[in-house]
Amino acid sequence: MTAARVAPRKRKSKLKAVAQNWQMYLMAAPAAMLLFLFSYLPMAGLVVAFKRYSFDTGIFGSPWADPWYKNFEILFKNNPAAFTAMRNTLFLNAMFILAGTVFALALALSFNELRSPLYKRITQSLSFLPFFISTVVVGVFVSGMLAYETGSLNGMLQSLGLRRVNFYMKAEYWPLIMLIVNIWKGAGYNSIVYLAAISGIDTAFYEAAEIDGASRMQQIWRITLPLLRPTVIILTIMAVGRIMNSDFGLFFNVTRDIPTLYPTVDVIDTYIYRALRKLGDIGISSATGFFQSVVSLILVLSSNKLANGVEEGSALF
Amino acid sequence: MASPQKLTPGRALTMLFTGAFALACLYPFIMVISGSLTTRQAAATYGFTLVPREFSTEAYKILFSNSWAIINGYKVTLAVTFIGTAASILTNSMMAFALSQPSLPGKKALNIYVLITMLFNGGMVPWYIVCTRYLHLKDSLFALIIPMLAGAWNIFLIRNYFRSIPYDLYESAKIDGAGDFYAFIRIYVPLAKPVLATVLLFTALGYWNDWWLGLMLIEKQELQPLQMLLRAIISNIQFLQTMDSSPQMQLMMANIPGDGVRMALVVITTGPIIALYPFVQRYFVKGIMIGSVKG
Repeated sequence: MTAARVAPRKRKSKLKAVAQNWQMYLMAAPAAMLLFLFSYLPMAGLVVAFKRYSFDTGIFGSPWADPWYKNFEILFKNNPAAFTAMRNTLFLNAMFILAGTVFALALALSFNELRSPLYKRITQSLSFLPFFISTVVVGVFVSGMLAYETGSLNGMLQSLGLRRVNFYMKAEYWPLIMLIVNIWKGAGYNSIVYLAAISGIDTAFYEAAEIDGASRMQQIWRITLPLLRPTVIILTIMAVGRIMNSDFGLFFNVTRDIPTLYPTVDVIDTYIYRALRKLGDIGISSATGFFQSVVSLILVLSSNKLANGVEEGSALF
Repeated sequence: MASPQKLTPGRALTMLFTGAFALACLYPFIMVISGSLTTRQAAATYGFTLVPREFSTEAYKILFSNSWAIINGYKVTLAVTFIGTAASILTNSMMAFALSQPSLPGKKALNIYVLITMLFNGGMVPWYIVCTRYLHLKDSLFALIIPMLAGAWNIFLIRNYFRSIPYDLYESAKIDGAGDFYAFIRIYVPLAKPVLATVLLFTALGYWNDWWLGLMLIEKQELQPLQMLLRAIISNIQFLQTMDSSPQMQLMMANIPGDGVRMALVVITTGPIIALYPFVQRYFVKGIMIGSVKG
């Protein structure tokens, strides 16, 4: 009896609370609307991978593909280009994560050891300068270094009496070039993340080690690195969660989308872009995108779970 | 035991390593400035060097003989950066304000609604179809602004900061009869200046450097942002074709290196960022640190 009488009142008070907060909802509305349009609609639009898309009827009006997996069949059967893009993506990202982590960590540890504040400030400021420029500009930088006729690297090779290399025609050099560019652009930024973690370490550890006569190297090895381990592991796990995705701009602009280089540095994102915009093939580009999105979701969710296992509350959610 | 001031081999090594990396980061910038100021002859002989072997300002002359494209690109990029940044900050911080309320009905659902966009996305193809076919965003200034306005990352960054502001302030404002929006503008925004400055800089940088929206959604030349202009010029010859090419101009063009015009354009488009860099970089460092430490 009493419960039945309480319930409507409770609902009423809840409604009242909602009404009282109308300004809050109004303020949340623009962002909610934009996220709906540019995040949720495209999510729903993933069904296009199972459709025979035509522009006139749109995503939801177009007929289903027959059979429903038709686009995926084209994608996975006898499609060496798509296979190459997937293999390249996984290989390059694995390399970026591994080498990038080691390099950023070494940089952070080195910054931390610098004793002159001025030297530290200057080197650190310069190290994240590359983070501020667009990938289009990075493309010009790389071309300035590697161009056959005018590249500074080729100029150097020649002055050393060596032969010039036509880098933009040789796919085998590009995994290394992309690795260097990737480290160059991101290491300064990533080192700050590690420096933040280092600055969080209790100085008492070092004082105690100092008293025990430990050298600086021993302190790094026995205190700093072990205490950084959770941070490193978590960042790595989260990066593995994004292993299907690449920095489209970096690949697109630095390789200049030159077909000769596709065998080693064409990645899923550039492959999708080409299928969509150059070939206008919605079927295959959407099937690739669907595959990428779904695998990414699984990876992100499981890596998040893993990261939470390493340290509670350390992951994205 | 090594005293803190003594230069040990290990310490020398760290100085060498950080110094070398810093120089490697600086080098391309100097190379591009020098490359924009040299002749084809010198570049072909020595490659681009740190100091031009032969000095020439012809790349800039050619660039400014077609100044319409650059001035127009600047206008587009400036408009997009200013409007986009202001609108983005307002949109995201208002959402963050609602999410920071401890007892807003439906807050949890709203939180998840925002979080999901961070974990999952439809990818390029559906996004492109939605933008072009359903929202008709092709070839308008809005196309360069709206898709990037709302972002989960910035929303959460601001929300975490808002949460650290004492709730009493909000309650006493309410008792004084202030509305939520008033409390937001008058209390929360001024108190959250540090995080808003950081988000503002990241957002402005994102708009200034953006070429992706231009690539996907803009075909009209007069709406192309600076970065797309830079992308469009693959070669000097191509650039020449976009303007009336007098014999005199062609002669000048033959004198500058293959990447000369592009490099001059890099100086012009990236110069403002580098000029502002010393003043804003501490906000970036702060931002990366806030972002990396989860609230």
